[in-house]
Amino acid sequence: MAVAPIDIAAPIAQRHWLREAVRRHPTVIAGSLLLLLMGAMALLAPYLGTVDPLSVAPIKRLRFPSEAYWFGTDAYGRDVYSRTLYGARVSLAVGLGVALLSTVIGLAIGLVTGFSRIADAIIMRFMDGLMSIPPVLLAIALMALTKASLGNVVLAITISEVPRVARLVRGVVLSLREQPFVEAAMAAGTGFFRTLWRHILPNTIAPVLVQATYICASAMITEAVLSFIGAGTPPQIPSWGNIMAEGRSYFQIKPYIIIFPGIFLSLTVLAVNLVGDGLRDALDPRLARRM
Amino acid sequence: MTKVSTRFLRVAAAVALAALVAVPAAHAQSSGKTIKFIPEADLRSLDPIWTTAYITRNHGYMVYDTLFALDEHFKPQPQMVDTWKVSDDKLTYTFTLRDQLKFHDGQPVRSADCIASLERWMKRDAFGQALAQSVGEMKAQDDKTFSIVLKKPFPLLLDAIGKLSSNVPFIMPERVAKTDANTQITDPTGSGPFKFVKDEWVPGNKAVYVKNPDYVPRKEPPSWAAGGKVVKVDRVEWLYIPDSATAAAAINAGEVDWWQQLPPDLVPLLQKNKDVTVANVDPLGSLGVARFNHLQPPFNSEKMRQAVLYVLDQKDVMTVLAGDEKNWRTCYSYYTCGTPMASEAGAAPLKGKRDPAKAKALLKEAGYNGERVVLMTATDQPIVNAQAQVVAEELRQIGFNVDLQAMDWGTLITRRTVKESIDKNGWSMFFTWLVGPDMINPALNFPLRGNGEKAWFGWPTDDKLEAMRAQWMEAADLEAQKKLAADIQQEAFTSVPFVPTGQFIIPTAYRKGLHGVIVAPVVFLWNVEKE
Amino acid sequence: MFAYIIRRLVATIPVMGVVAIFVFSLLYIAPGDPAAVIAGDLATSDDIARIHAQLGLDEPFLLRFGHWLWGVLHGDLGTSIFTNLPVTQLIAQRLEPTIALTLTTLVVTITFAIPLGVIAAWKVGTWIDRLVMLVAVLGFSVPSFVLAYVLILVFSVELDLLPVQGYVSIRDGFVPFIQHLILPSIALGLIYGALIARITRASMLDVLSQDYIRTAQAKGLASSDVLIGHALKNAAVPIATVIGIGLALLISGVIVTETVFAIPGIGRLTVDAILRRDYPIIQGVILLFSAAYVLVNLAVDISYTLLDPRVRY
Repeated sequence: MAVAPIDIAAPIAQRHWLREAVRRHPTVIAGSLLLLLMGAMALLAPYLGTVDPLSVAPIKRLRFPSEAYWFGTDAYGRDVYSRTLYGARVSLAVGLGVALLSTVIGLAIGLVTGFSRIADAIIMRFMDGLMSIPPVLLAIALMALTKASLGNVVLAITISEVPRVARLVRGVVLSLREQPFVEAAMAAGTGFFRTLWRHILPNTIAPVLVQATYICASAMITEAVLSFIGAGTPPQIPSWGNIMAEGRSYFQIKPYIIIFPGIFLSLTVLAVNLVGDGLRDALDPRLARRM
Repeated sequence: MTKVSTRFLRVAAAVALAALVAVPAAHAQSSGKTIKFIPEADLRSLDPIWTTAYITRNHGYMVYDTLFALDEHFKPQPQMVDTWKVSDDKLTYTFTLRDQLKFHDGQPVRSADCIASLERWMKRDAFGQALAQSVGEMKAQDDKTFSIVLKKPFPLLLDAIGKLSSNVPFIMPERVAKTDANTQITDPTGSGPFKFVKDEWVPGNKAVYVKNPDYVPRKEPPSWAAGGKVVKVDRVEWLYIPDSATAAAAINAGEVDWWQQLPPDLVPLLQKNKDVTVANVDPLGSLGVARFNHLQPPFNSEKMRQAVLYVLDQKDVMTVLAGDEKNWRTCYSYYTCGTPMASEAGAAPLKGKRDPAKAKALLKEAGYNGERVVLMTATDQPIVNAQAQVVAEELRQIGFNVDLQAMDWGTLITRRTVKESIDKNGWSMFFTWLVGPDMINPALNFPLRGNGEKAWFGWPTDDKLEAMRAQWMEAADLEAQKKLAADIQQEAFTSVPFVPTGQFIIPTAYRKGLHGVIVAPVVFLWNVEKE
Repeated sequence: MFAYIIRRLVATIPVMGVVAIFVFSLLYIAPGDPAAVIAGDLATSDDIARIHAQLGLDEPFLLRFGHWLWGVLHGDLGTSIFTNLPVTQLIAQRLEPTIALTLTTLVVTITFAIPLGVIAAWKVGTWIDRLVMLVAVLGFSVPSFVLAYVLILVFSVELDLLPVQGYVSIRDGFVPFIQHLILPSIALGLIYGALIARITRASMLDVLSQDYIRTAQAKGLASSDVLIGHALKNAAVPIATVIGIGLALLISGVIVTETVFAIPGIGRLTVDAILRRDYPIIQGVILLFSAAYVLVNLAVDISYTLLDPRVRY
């Protein structure tokens, strides 16, 4: 990879770390900035010129974007701009929620099965079974069991993602268990949990973290797909997925209902993926080659 | 691989791709004598007696025939029947069947088939059940003549057996009609103008019908379900396309000929295409229904239900549901507007200027304290969802603590069977719609009934209304019927079994080569021809 | 090798067992009642209760599970509650379009994605590499139904080049068959292709840095020979793995693609069945998908022996 010539004259301290970072990993920085932007937008939604995203105004339905309605109005007369901004909250919540929950649960399961043969035999069979069911299908089936709510969507998608995290962690644990430094630690009398905490966990963090970002991205898309099918977040709560789902019949006459949330969703998922790539590069240069 | 071979592959691939894309006939056009039709729903059950689903009813009209049928003046006309007489005491009806009526398997239609079919229908259908209570016996004089002997007069007998909408008393072969009324039939043999090609049926995708060459249509011109059913094509394919954007693109491209029901918002898109005609061929339309749970608070209180009458705005609901004003009208009646029994008797609370103050006052009188109300909506049913979203907001405005719960239709119709309170999975309101023919009078209008636990979901109890309904069934003439119907409606606007949310028409679209589409509340495929 | 296959197949039994129990239990506790859907809008609670009993939905869990399992082992997946047709027949009807779509997508994406990944690895660090990677990441990020609508709008409606919807069997003509599958394959395959391109690139990079590659180049072999003859062959194992994993992704995507393009395949059959609570279909299809996934993984593992002579079972 061609490196720009270093200005020999300039003292090393003056090479600003930020500029270095930007030059070496432009995509990651871009991704992180984008993500921060989306997050800020979600948090500050009430102050960014929005109206109540739930208020229905049949008279004003299906208006093209204009001065009054920056992204136009949907079939119920609701302001698409406001719904898109508030929708960021839901989509980000789903993404982060699923990533967090599946990581925590997956870690727990992976650690347990990595160490205990019996637990491994029983639990991993179950995980294998779950993994063999296509994730979207599993999520739809789970959603069909309960009433539509944000919590249930997060839960349903989490359940379909947990097996992969568990498998990843278990793999790391299995390979680490045999490592000399672990055996040494155990021989030196370090307790089981201390070994876990000081030796095993730090080594699982890197791959799990990278995995978590990809889970976040895929969860956001899965939520959109679930809403598209009609098994996602409740319709009046705006999420990018269900704004698009409601607008899909009008695609040829009022494409803006799908286009705006679609762009936002794609950009956010893109940002998360870029951050994930960057994390992977940073945390383990070896992994960088792998992906 | 060598450099030469890779280059060759790349060129070959490019040529192949270009060839595929360049082939002119990009859209599989529908051929001469076949109509490709997008139906309103997916055909799942073949038994129009066992289920009331409209799609199965439509299938029934394709493959079966009826003894009598309703014409555009709401009068039952003979269809399979040639002549009939009624005894002076009005207790014996004798029917003689037309000649040359045959089932698809070649067997002639006999009286026994008719009697068995009517018996099965009377077990399931509400109108039929009412009739059954008056029937003494049905006996066949010979293969073409049979009679129905009543215990007491039933003036609406012909209307009953000529019923237009679900459940329609279709005539099936005796062996099929003898199937228990709670079990689905599997044999679609009928005597109707089309034959069902069961081998080509792909549920969820395609249902195929071919012309029945042995069908002998009546001589009269077609009028709703009555008159001559002349089939002018060889084959009809029902293609279920669930995604309306895809369906719109398909009809625009000529891949289908006729889209039965398009979302009103897509009308401008299709109107731009000069090869497609968008029309309203449904004279009665459909009516929105906002239904209460009368068994549980808060809507077990009459005042609470009346409060809703003062805030529900039919114009708002209909605008969201059906878009352009051409597709809807307000209907401040418990009957289908545009039919004889409809009037605005007692409709002032619903019709007048919206009065949130009065509504709030009623809430106070009823002692409403902010308890949670559960409104159920179905995300996969736009008509249901539109009503729910608008009404939920209107209720919130006057201080209702609305919990709008979304689920799919399957879950909703399961949940609405629950009679318990809302913390035991119960509900307070749900929304649905009925087609015009199902609400034209007190006999057919089942949401209007007040027979408590035996009533339709919501279970209103209104003995006064029930008594008046019984009187209506025995009313002497049209004038008496109208008066009683108006009285029933007055009572309804007081006890509020449900709130009518407006009348809407779902437009249909067909390509310019199609002629002869019958204007009727039910879609019929006979009389339609294709250039 | 043979013993390995047998061992693997036997190992799938507990997995399938888990899936079977899981699927069956899931539906057992589901709130929607097919009886209510069947009875229709005009029915009363009595009607529903009657149908419920008739469908055997009142029987205890173990009994129902036992019945069903017995049937499955005899190749009978039960009867659809709504249409009264055997589930095996319904699935058989819908198998062809889904398989056609999946295979076409596989072919299309592999044909484009692997070369792209190879090129990106070969020109690593240049703008070509960055472009390919950017497109790949974009491919992950756009939801497939948005892409599907855009494709339909551009290619079918505006440019009139390709059909909007539907499926034509290959028996009815090769050209219409392909024409109907082009847009769906692209919509479905973009995510899959993106993944394969990335893995190919990464795998190739790994291999390209190896000594034997430099030896080959030093020997004077042409670049394409080096790339394909040496590098790709060695990079094949992880690529094959991803193809296997990606199949699960494909099956998930098939649901949306079939809905938008009105292709009468298994994806739509399943979604319709789930939303209507047609239990026998749901159970049958999920079981089928799981079996397919397991078998594909087995096939991928076996392919390792072909691709990498060091792998022996």
